[in-house]
Amino acid sequence: MINDNAKTILSVRNLHASVEGTEILRGLNFEVKAGEIHAIMGLNGSGKSTFSKVLAGHPDYEVTAGEIIFQGQDLLALEPHERANAGIFLAFQYPLEIPGVSNRDFLRVAYNAHRKARGEEEIDVFDFDDLVEERSEIVKMDVSFLDRSVNEGFSGGEKKRNEILQMALLQPTLSILDETDSGLDIDALKTVSGGVNQLSTADNATVLITHYQRLLNYVVPDYVHVMCGGHIIKTGGKELALELESRGYDWLTAQEAVV
Amino acid sequence: MSSSVQSVVSQPYKYGFVTDIESDSLPRGLSEDVVRAISAKKNEPQFMLDFRLKAYRRWLTMEEPAWPNVKYPPIDYDDIVYYSAPKQSEKKLDSLDDVDPALLETFDKLGISINEQKRLANVAVDVVFDSVSIATTFKEDLAKHGVIFCSISEAIHEHPELVKKYLGTVIPTGDNYFAALNSAVFSDGSFVYIPKGVKCPMDLSTYFRMNNGDTGQFERTLIVAEEGSSVTYLEGCTAPMYDTNQLHAAIVELVALDNAEIKYSTVQNWFAGDENGKGGIYNFVTKRGLCKGVNSKISWTQVETGSAITWKYPSCVLVGDNSVGEFYSVALTNNYQQADTGTKMVHVGNNTRSTIISKGISAGKSKNSYRGLVQVNPKAEGARNYSQCDSMLLGDTSNANTFPYIQVQNSTAQVEHEASTSKIGEDQLFYFAQRGISPEDAVSMIISGFCRDVFNELPMEFAAEADKLLSLKLENSVG
Ligand SMILES: Nc1ncnc2c1ncn2[C@@H]1O[C@H](COP(=O)(O)OP(=O)(O)OP(=O)(O)O)[C@@H](O)[C@H]1O
Ligand SMILES: [Mg+2]
Repeated sequence: MINDNAKTILSVRNLHASVEGTEILRGLNFEVKAGEIHAIMGLNGSGKSTFSKVLAGHPDYEVTAGEIIFQGQDLLALEPHERANAGIFLAFQYPLEIPGVSNRDFLRVAYNAHRKARGEEEIDVFDFDDLVEERSEIVKMDVSFLDRSVNEGFSGGEKKRNEILQMALLQPTLSILDETDSGLDIDALKTVSGGVNQLSTADNATVLITHYQRLLNYVVPDYVHVMCGGHIIKTGGKELALELESRGYDWLTAQEAVV
Repeated sequence: MSSSVQSVVSQPYKYGFVTDIESDSLPRGLSEDVVRAISAKKNEPQFMLDFRLKAYRRWLTMEEPAWPNVKYPPIDYDDIVYYSAPKQSEKKLDSLDDVDPALLETFDKLGISINEQKRLANVAVDVVFDSVSIATTFKEDLAKHGVIFCSISEAIHEHPELVKKYLGTVIPTGDNYFAALNSAVFSDGSFVYIPKGVKCPMDLSTYFRMNNGDTGQFERTLIVAEEGSSVTYLEGCTAPMYDTNQLHAAIVELVALDNAEIKYSTVQNWFAGDENGKGGIYNFVTKRGLCKGVNSKISWTQVETGSAITWKYPSCVLVGDNSVGEFYSVALTNNYQQADTGTKMVHVGNNTRSTIISKGISAGKSKNSYRGLVQVNPKAEGARNYSQCDSMLLGDTSNANTFPYIQVQNSTAQVEHEASTSKIGEDQLFYFAQRGISPEDAVSMIISGFCRDVFNELPMEFAAEADKLLSLKLENSVG
């Protein structure tokens, strides 16, 4: 929900980033206030995932210019795990498998790392079990998944659901969901969307990276942005997504080429 | 990427101190006179001197093995001190009060309590310092059950008939170069005898400490489990840091009779050399268990983290029908460490079974090889083996190899071998980091997950220690 008086959570200015010497992000500007839901759309390869990884601090990406301010803090000065503990959450487009580490242990260590960063005591194993089982409800994930290795052998949709379980547990200030909808069946899409809506409050914000209007029917964005060539070329309201659905990107990218 | 994965390995070795204590040593070098002198110092009966001399003469005709996948400069066997003992141990210790306080302090510092008051872990300990056993705890308690637990020197005097009956029966004096050397010059070690039908009431343990910089350590352990008995044995080792290399050539022989079970666990943390590969222990060890009786079982669990060079293949010879051999191993190498380790399972009896679970972790510029033999003899009907060898690489500069040898001469055998290699990559660490978990914690979680099947085989306190040890060894290799 848009509230002009809300605090700015994220402010990205003139961001340039490269990977292996190739510039992918080229002068990206982006601003998110508390309570807002943003959608980023755009052609394959336009830099959406790159942007999310740069926010999270992936070591392969080098920021060559610009700044990222997160809740008044210089995000680029923080290590990736510090960014996470400060409240940045990325639901991965391709979640990794971690053989040998149980989902439950992984979630507990992550949760306690967040608590520690806030100067709180670690939670004990039993309290944690209660908590994680309660949060599993939000995404209707069977608790048996907690005792499997992280994402190992999970179906594509189960992995996505597991990402949202992590989000439900860690309660980040800024969540970036990179194509969380792809790979979900229709029921799962409803469940996961319901979870995202349930988790969204006036104090946090969500950025949805998606290709489809489908998701946006359930999680209604306040803003829709179109990414092209490593920056945002158009911003509109939720109706922009509908327009993209019917017209495609040509009319925008052609315009961009002229500019 | 490698630079960042690399920086979570390499933790200063905290057991590297030297105890300043007067010692009684033989001059450097090896000769028949030295062998005789060792035997004389220990006041041994003739049969032991004969055993040693036979081994020595055999050793002279042998060559150091060249097949392991390790490289090191030639060892000068004449530059090694073959016997060194803390001065006071010449006379027999009647109680722990007689132990030199400097020694007690050393072991306190190492976290090993030789003080019988501290019964905490309910583990009896034999403590070997350089060449000699300095104390064995809980002896009397064990004696009530008929269990003999003492230094091997003492066993040679007190129980010569048992020593004579079993010593060298599993690993003959001429078995291999290092075994022959050990048989000639071994100075001490532990002896365990579990009588018929006795389940040993507490875990037994030996702690080896190499102190003197020029001393080789050649200890020898013999464990005999009579019919229907069982015992769990733990072995721990540390050494000071020197910038020269020390030789460690030990022998462990296990004998399990009908329905007996021996579980032998090692957490080896000798000094591994520094980050440039200077110093460290050369660990050339022969360990073998004989499942002599029907339904007997021998299980080896090892966590190998130290040593500049490791050459070690704890093995089982499954003679008794239905006997079982197991080998669970974690071998971690970092910096310039080299390990060539694995096992041999030799199936002789009918319906014998063996399991091999090996986990190799290589970081830095290290070299980690698994070498294992599964042999099924022509007359061994219905033998089964399952082997699983997994390697994990940290960074791009280490090296992992698997050399499985399978020799099956009986068509009823079922032999299964699985192998995998994985790598802790930047993306995995990034996934952890994105959930707030630091690279150090991420690596230790991945490693303990990787090693879980082996750690599950360790006694509780040992498992926790092993877990901690691996994380310490890997600290700073990701970052
Ligand atoms: N590690 C890398 N090495 C080389 N090129 C890369 C790397 N990561 C991203 N790129 C390139 O950067 C560009 C942007 O990729 P990115 O994954 O951000 O696209 P995207 O907008 O998320 O696309 P999609 O809609 O297909 O998910 C692509 O051309 C991609 O090939
Ligand atoms: Mg993408």
